[in-house]
Amino acid sequence: MKKAKPRNPQVDLIETLSLSELTMFCDTNAEWVITLVEHGVVNPIARSAPEWEFTPAHIARARKAARLMRDLGLNVAGVALVLDLIEERDALARKLALMGA
Amino acid sequence: MIDTAHYQALGVPKDASADDIKRAYRKMARKYHPDVNPGPEADAKFKAAGAAYDVLSDPEKRAAYDRFGADWDQPRPEPDQDSRWQGGFAFDERDVNPDMFRAFFDQRGGPRAMRQDQHARLEVALEDAIRGATRTLSLQVPQIDASGHVTLQTRTIDLRVPKGILPGQQLRLRGQGMDGGDLFVEIAFAPHPIYRVEGRDLYVALPVTPWEAALGGKVRMPTPTGPVDLNIPADARQGQKLRLRGRGLPAAQKGDLFAELHIVNPPKLSPEARALYQRLAKEQPFNPRANLGV
Repeated sequence: MKKAKPRNPQVDLIETLSLSELTMFCDTNAEWVITLVEHGVVNPIARSAPEWEFTPAHIARARKAARLMRDLGLNVAGVALVLDLIEERDALARKLALMGA
Repeated sequence: MIDTAHYQALGVPKDASADDIKRAYRKMARKYHPDVNPGPEADAKFKAAGAAYDVLSDPEKRAAYDRFGADWDQPRPEPDQDSRWQGGFAFDERDVNPDMFRAFFDQRGGPRAMRQDQHARLEVALEDAIRGATRTLSLQVPQIDASGHVTLQTRTIDLRVPKGILPGQQLRLRGQGMDGGDLFVEIAFAPHPIYRVEGRDLYVALPVTPWEAALGGKVRMPTPTGPVDLNIPADARQGQKLRLRGRGLPAAQKGDLFAELHIVNPPKLSPEARALYQRLAKEQPFNPRANLGV
């Protein structure tokens, strides 16, 4: 375990994740991701599940949803509302900050 | 020695019932959850509440805590490790909660063989995201020693932040997670004093004088790659947005830079300016309050 690892590892920028990749990324199962999509929490590119691709904004949202559901005991509809309200609040806060309020 | 820090963290008295403790914890978790309330203060409160709840929600642990205080778990042959996780800052701090390493600790009896992905979060300056930069990431990595104890070791990784990265984007470092898993690094932007980031677009509040707004013309404005001249149209409005195409974040599809005009009066008018305003007041009929009915 202690052996030295390379200090400059290979770094990839993640452009998109497929359904199965996002499932692993969120440490969850495919049904959970599909429920998120059905509630509009995340929106994949492409129509049918086998070809779904999730962009970085949606990857970040899915992980946030997973954390909030786990930590606060929310259901998917609840987390969808919370994420929408947080985004609105953050957008307003950014605007206020630049107006010097 | 008696310690009440866990009760204080949840804001409950020492004789609180199990239901009161659960209620208090849920309320704290909602209020200070790092995804709801970003910032180090809320994060610290959330972690303290989680650590407190982990102890106080378990009757055995609570009894030991009431009796021995903060050292309640010392004499046990296999100390519970949860309390040692505070300050593992390079982990995605939103992931630090009492459940976080349960799977890990469940297996602490033997060496782990399963590869596991890890997640971390890195805050970068807007300028670094635009130009690309090398950052050093410090990771606190749990290690099991020969006697089965878990210790934290700090590992540093030099990381190339690619030019044009957007907030929320993930970097994958292959093989840098636990036991051959991958390490994912989510990029966040540090707040910037001048620019506001919306997706790949940047916004800047640009102050202009009343006469610059009225007459139009060129004014200097900052952009992340250096100042430029911006052409303001005549009769510009307060809050009007002017777009500089392709001057936003240099992602694959370039973002735009928006200047929002903010009309600012000089703090004190000179006598000459006052005379000019008086002439304007006389010669320019305009009632901005017409739609207020006055």
